[in-house]
Amino acid sequence: MAWNWHRPLEAKGLTFSVLTFLAVAVGGLVLLIPPYFLQGSIDPIEGVHPYTALELEGRDVYVREGCVNCHSQMVRPFKTETDRYGPYSLAGEGIYDRPFLYGSRRTGPDLARVGGKYPDSWHWLHFRDPREIEPRSHMPAYAFLGEQALDLSLAERKLAVLRRLGHPYTDAEVTGAVADAEAQAARIAASLRKDGVQLGDVEARSEAIALIAYVQRLGSDLGWRQAAPTAAAPAPAVAQTAAAAEGAR
Amino acid sequence: MSATAPSPRYDMAVVRGFALSTLLWGVVGMLVGLIAALQLVWPALNFPPYLTFGRIRPLHTNAVIFGFTLGAVFTGSYYGVQRLCRVRMFSDTLSRINLWGWNAIIVAAALTFLTGNAGPKEYAELEWPIDVAIAVVWVVYAVNFFGTIARRREKGMYVAIWFWIATILTIAMLHIFNSLALPVSLWKSYSIYSGIHDANIQWWYGHNAVGFLLTTPILGLMYYFLPKQAGRPIYSHRLSIVHFWSLIFIYMWAGPHHLIYSPLPDWAQTLGTGFSIMLILPSWGGMLNGLLTLRGAWDKLRTDPILKMMAVGITFYGMSTFEGPMMAVKTVNSLSHFTNWTIGHVHSGALGWVALTCFATLYYVIPRLWHTTLYSVRLAELHFWVATLGLVLYVTSMWISGVTQGLMWRAVNPDGSLAYTFIESVAAIRIYDGIRAAGGALFLSGALVMVYNVIQTIRQGSVEVPETAPAGALPVAGGR
Repeated sequence: MAWNWHRPLEAKGLTFSVLTFLAVAVGGLVLLIPPYFLQGSIDPIEGVHPYTALELEGRDVYVREGCVNCHSQMVRPFKTETDRYGPYSLAGEGIYDRPFLYGSRRTGPDLARVGGKYPDSWHWLHFRDPREIEPRSHMPAYAFLGEQALDLSLAERKLAVLRRLGHPYTDAEVTGAVADAEAQAARIAASLRKDGVQLGDVEARSEAIALIAYVQRLGSDLGWRQAAPTAAAPAPAVAQTAAAAEGAR
Repeated sequence: MSATAPSPRYDMAVVRGFALSTLLWGVVGMLVGLIAALQLVWPALNFPPYLTFGRIRPLHTNAVIFGFTLGAVFTGSYYGVQRLCRVRMFSDTLSRINLWGWNAIIVAAALTFLTGNAGPKEYAELEWPIDVAIAVVWVVYAVNFFGTIARRREKGMYVAIWFWIATILTIAMLHIFNSLALPVSLWKSYSIYSGIHDANIQWWYGHNAVGFLLTTPILGLMYYFLPKQAGRPIYSHRLSIVHFWSLIFIYMWAGPHHLIYSPLPDWAQTLGTGFSIMLILPSWGGMLNGLLTLRGAWDKLRTDPILKMMAVGITFYGMSTFEGPMMAVKTVNSLSHFTNWTIGHVHSGALGWVALTCFATLYYVIPRLWHTTLYSVRLAELHFWVATLGLVLYVTSMWISGVTQGLMWRAVNPDGSLAYTFIESVAAIRIYDGIRAAGGALFLSGALVMVYNVIQTIRQGSVEVPETAPAGALPVAGGR
């Protein structure tokens, strides 16, 4: 019954283990090494640039809250996907994504192209209570993100670490990370107030502001959507919702 | 043999420890999974910031994979390798470090998920200090395991040991390369890979975590405990050889099937699809070797719930290893990817194959570890039926909801415009999310029945070897 040639191998623990390791290592070597060196694996895309300090903080909030468990960021090359979300995803877009956030389950919609789709105030209300905007939504309410001041103590270090990994931040961007983040947060807070959202001091520099900066950035490097997100005038319906929601508070 | 024997032949204390921690993490992990399932039906069950779906879903996956499944693997491999090598573990100290170190890691992991100090790479979410601890404890396990093999008093290594060797080596390689990151602080780091490279490495890891945490070590359990429980030798040694080498070689190429239609180069996606389809052969080789081992013992299934769990587990292994390759075909993947079909597929393997085999392993070893018999075979029978019913409800509801969602996303009106908004596809599957939660609740209640059965078994048993040791409790030394 048994193959006799294999018997001696079963008696040699070390040889058996070395052969086992070689058998499992081959697949990885072939699949993982060439993409690093083959030309054309990643075509550079003009306009793709590193995240700002505030966007990076927002991305880290996105990571911390496990948003990737429900939201993909990978549009597949089908007409029904590009019609629904926008241009399909390209390798060159992800070079500043550490780690990548493709996701594997769309419990909620894909977010790779959500930047600029809605005004900042839409996101503010939606984070606070998704069912204020869409009663059928089953996303958790993230009101606490708007009540919790963003911790910028690691902002400079984060940029410095990413620069060591090859992200082209200038010295001024690294040392000015906190000031840049605060300035961008102030611009977003101003756009929220313009839409009728009332913000206190803490709310104006909250984690929700950083998360808005991040989601508004998603897909915007491709420049496919015409209107700039923060400058866009909110749709009247959203402005009314904002006012009504603020009134109800 | 007496209870005061100075040096028992085998170290069963570490096996007892892992058997209990396996059961604990199984219940915790399944409970968290049930809560997450209920949150999808009733979002009011999210309690931010600590208990939101986004934070507890990875807690669920990590608790059931690393606490429960791997706990059962430690239990079964520490139990089996000593007997197969006819020698005590290489080092009792290393065994203790393995037991307590691993469980401390699971506790730390659970806390960091709740506090949000974890990354987004699936089944590799833990931050770098815990990753380092995992690597250290894994090396401890490896040294202990290989040291035991090196000192064995049996000439050949049985096939179960091959699968555990493959697990130890491969998981070390996958874990180290996928987790490489540059720290910013104690609980924050950035991956040294970015974008598509990171995705490629992650799914090389992620797919093979399924392969070498949820498949090969469980096959090791099957190869050790199935012949024991059935009282029959493994059907074919030749099939074991062919299926072992082809499985471990082919598995490692299939990772890119998680990235079909992504920006990963086409040649890599195609390799992933091709090797996924090839994977049917070694997988079914293993399934057949298991099922055919039951030839001449099928009548025992009528009365033996442990054997029932093993047989149904192997059957689900066969089904999910056929389904997986089908989902790796581009045409099917375009429908199934990003939907609940994937969740259904995973659970057909995880509940059907992995959990039932782990339960069977625990039912086999626990009475022997406490030198008694199982408290209630009827309760084990109840566990089997409740778990199987829950499993079927879970998997079928996820299939239906996955296909529903996939079809709604691609449905178009006669003029070519999209037929449904995204939220309509969310609302359409809520009923199936509810049925899934009911299936999960049944599966969990089966596990709770088992906990009661195990507590009663331990209460009637004893750690010490009784004066009249039951046959098979501790094999007598020497003599091949």
